[in-house]
Amino acid sequence: MLIIVLLILISLTIAVGFLFLFFWNIKSGQYDDVYTPSVRILFDDDKKDTKDSVAVEK
Amino acid sequence: MAVLVEAEVLCYHCGQPCPDVSIGNVSFEKEGKVFCCPGCKTAFEIINENQLCQYYNFETHPGLKTETGVTERYLYLEEETIRKQLIEFDSSDFCRIRFTIPSIHCVSCIWLLENLHKADPGIIRTEVNFTGKSVLIDFDSGKIKLSRLASLLAAIGYPPQINPDSAIQKKPADSSLVAKLALAGFCFGNVMLFSFPEYLGLSENEITFRHLFSWLSVALSIPVLLYSAKDYFISAWKSFAQRQINIDFPIAAGLLALFTRSTWDIVTYTGPGYLDSFTGLVFFLLIGRWFQSKTYETLAFDRDYRSYFPLAVQRLVQSQWKAVVIHQLKKGDLVKVRNREIVPADCILQDKEVLVDYSFVTGEERPVRVKEDEIVYAGGRVLGQPVVMQIEKETSQSYLTSLWNHDLFRKPEVSRYKRIIDNAARKFIWIVLGLAGVTGVYWYLVDPSQTWLILTSVLMVACPCALALAAPFTYGSMLRNFGRQELYLKNAEVIERLATIDAVVFDKTGTVTYGKDPEITFHGDLSSEEIALVKLLTSYSTHPLSSMISKSLTGTAEIDFESFVEKRGRGIEGRTAAHHYRIGSAVFTDNPTTDTPSDTCVFVSIDSKVRGFFSIKVSVRIGVHKMLKRLGPKCVALLSGDGEADRARMKELFGPKVELRFNQNPHDKMEFIRSLQQQGKRVLMVGDGLNDAGALKQSDVGLAVTDDTAIFTPACDGILKGDQIVFLDKFLTLSKSSTTVLKTAFAISFLYNAIALSFAVTGHLTPLVAAILMPLSSMTVVAVSTGGIKWITRNIDSKKQKYNGKVYHR
Repeated sequence: MLIIVLLILISLTIAVGFLFLFFWNIKSGQYDDVYTPSVRILFDDDKKDTKDSVAVEK
Repeated sequence: MAVLVEAEVLCYHCGQPCPDVSIGNVSFEKEGKVFCCPGCKTAFEIINENQLCQYYNFETHPGLKTETGVTERYLYLEEETIRKQLIEFDSSDFCRIRFTIPSIHCVSCIWLLENLHKADPGIIRTEVNFTGKSVLIDFDSGKIKLSRLASLLAAIGYPPQINPDSAIQKKPADSSLVAKLALAGFCFGNVMLFSFPEYLGLSENEITFRHLFSWLSVALSIPVLLYSAKDYFISAWKSFAQRQINIDFPIAAGLLALFTRSTWDIVTYTGPGYLDSFTGLVFFLLIGRWFQSKTYETLAFDRDYRSYFPLAVQRLVQSQWKAVVIHQLKKGDLVKVRNREIVPADCILQDKEVLVDYSFVTGEERPVRVKEDEIVYAGGRVLGQPVVMQIEKETSQSYLTSLWNHDLFRKPEVSRYKRIIDNAARKFIWIVLGLAGVTGVYWYLVDPSQTWLILTSVLMVACPCALALAAPFTYGSMLRNFGRQELYLKNAEVIERLATIDAVVFDKTGTVTYGKDPEITFHGDLSSEEIALVKLLTSYSTHPLSSMISKSLTGTAEIDFESFVEKRGRGIEGRTAAHHYRIGSAVFTDNPTTDTPSDTCVFVSIDSKVRGFFSIKVSVRIGVHKMLKRLGPKCVALLSGDGEADRARMKELFGPKVELRFNQNPHDKMEFIRSLQQQGKRVLMVGDGLNDAGALKQSDVGLAVTDDTAIFTPACDGILKGDQIVFLDKFLTLSKSSTTVLKTAFAISFLYNAIALSFAVTGHLTPLVAAILMPLSSMTVVAVSTGGIKWITRNIDSKKQKYNGKVYHR
């Protein structure tokens, strides 16, 4: 019987751990903007990165 | 000159039609791409030079119409006091700033802004926040100045909105509600798991589990009580202290009763407690709050004049022009205001003549001509050459801004309205207290040992959770629905007020009328050949009146002008081989008659002979007439800051019963609304300009009408997209219907409470009954509320889809 009690306590501890992880996520601003990252990830990288160095200064 | 046959060529950058192309004058062209204006062309050049043309691949015509000559406008950012307010982090080679840019609207915008480092080596990194319409920029202030950065953004079509107050106010939205909701949900789920064994039945030898589960439930409920449900207790206490019982009071009482009774049961080993119901209740209540909390973050409802006045202006100090913050301006100071800058205070013009656009103030798009020694009111936008002015009144004392010194704007906003929900709560409390008293007495006589238990159960089930959920879900759904129809309300409470409106007051210019498509009629006599030449000549000028006239005319000229001169503030002239054309003011065209008609007129003379004039009348929005008819007697008045010129036309539009008031200043408008309210009317004011700000604030509901939600709107309860004003009557009816839905939901929640109470007073409220009844009642109410709103808006949604397939761009 003791093992069930132990398991319950362990699982609860892990769950509380995830809850605090979620709080940390909220606090660090991960949910402030949920749209931009979804677009950003689809942008292709430049084919020639050397362009940067010759970029014309305006 | 070559003539293109194409009917309409769209600007490569912004997608607006290029009027010049159709008459064969491709003045803004680059690499085979055509642009509508020099601003768009410049934007393209910058983007092209820096190999950022991928910008045009994500969306077609992603740009927005861009202004030129913006470089000087941001020079004041170099002023140390202003700079300090704006910059988040400042060191010699690394600075961080967050700009609010309302024109961010598509995927291309994100791409371009996040690749901005290619355009200037001084920019280290940019990060766009699309929902917040802002961009975070890290830059090296040694390589790029802040003013240069701002003007670069403006030049590519993303002018930053700079406002020192907004930097402080615009903290990230309060995320604690989500945290509270998450905690309540977590605890609810776990407590429910621990309660199941109890409901399913535990045998006698499993008694240790019962105790373990109970104690774990208590442990999990404590954070819910102390953190998640915190707001209800605070609000209930406040309402109690002010002796104004609101809905939160019975909720807090119910929650407290649930928790203490359950803990008591567990501590004394007399029962499993109702902690699953307790955590579940808090969870549902918070979902309701969260659902209602949807706001239009990017729209600002509380702006006053400060948010669009310039931060600084060039002042003459010891024969040098230096930027100075506007609240330091004193009477007698000389200031220089450049093209498209806003006049910061009431001034006397020192130069000969200037065109001032008061569209922010009055909604009137037509520029006004001001001569030397005449007064220029604060809020006007200077068009043309830079001019020097002398400050007549300080900014805060100016004609327009003095409105904000009125008491109305100083007092913190106290809710003047008793909300339906609080009225319901008050009745509810009396019923519950009465019932509790009767049951208490009855049980005291019958079985005194049961009295306390029965009384707490009555309080527990009396918790009007379902009642509290009805309003957020009804009004929350309606708020979203209005949003889809481009009526953006400040919060859900506005709907409740909107439902009680019985008087509607309109502003004229910009609200009922629409500046962009004026009715232009020509009075006089010109041959078709001459008309074509007038069209050609006016197309050369960038003056707003010229482009309006040019657009309204048809015909293609066979010949071209040999010379073209534009005289600012007076008119334009051009010479063909044989003739001399002049288009402009009466004096400019040698018009002998001095009496000019009431409308704005532009005269045409050929070879010094006046041939006629264009009268330009702003047009009434399409469909307004029908809307007014449907509104019927609810529409009580029209208030206009303009002169009487339009009286006849407005009389025809509004009918004989509506009061038409012209020459109204902002104070008059506000007083008029107040007088209506004193007659016991509930007033809806529909206006747009800053001159309506007082009236919007005074009215029970103030709606600001705008054609572009990104631009300035005065403080208001809601923002209405210009062409949606024709549905105003429907919005009012819908608000009324949603109140009916709300009352239905109330009735259902009362019914559930009655059932639960019948269990409670007879002493049959077991934890299992509570665990079933409470979520069931909440869910029914949520279903009725949202379903009811879906039902009353069903026709509109389908109609709207047929009308245009446009999706609301967030």
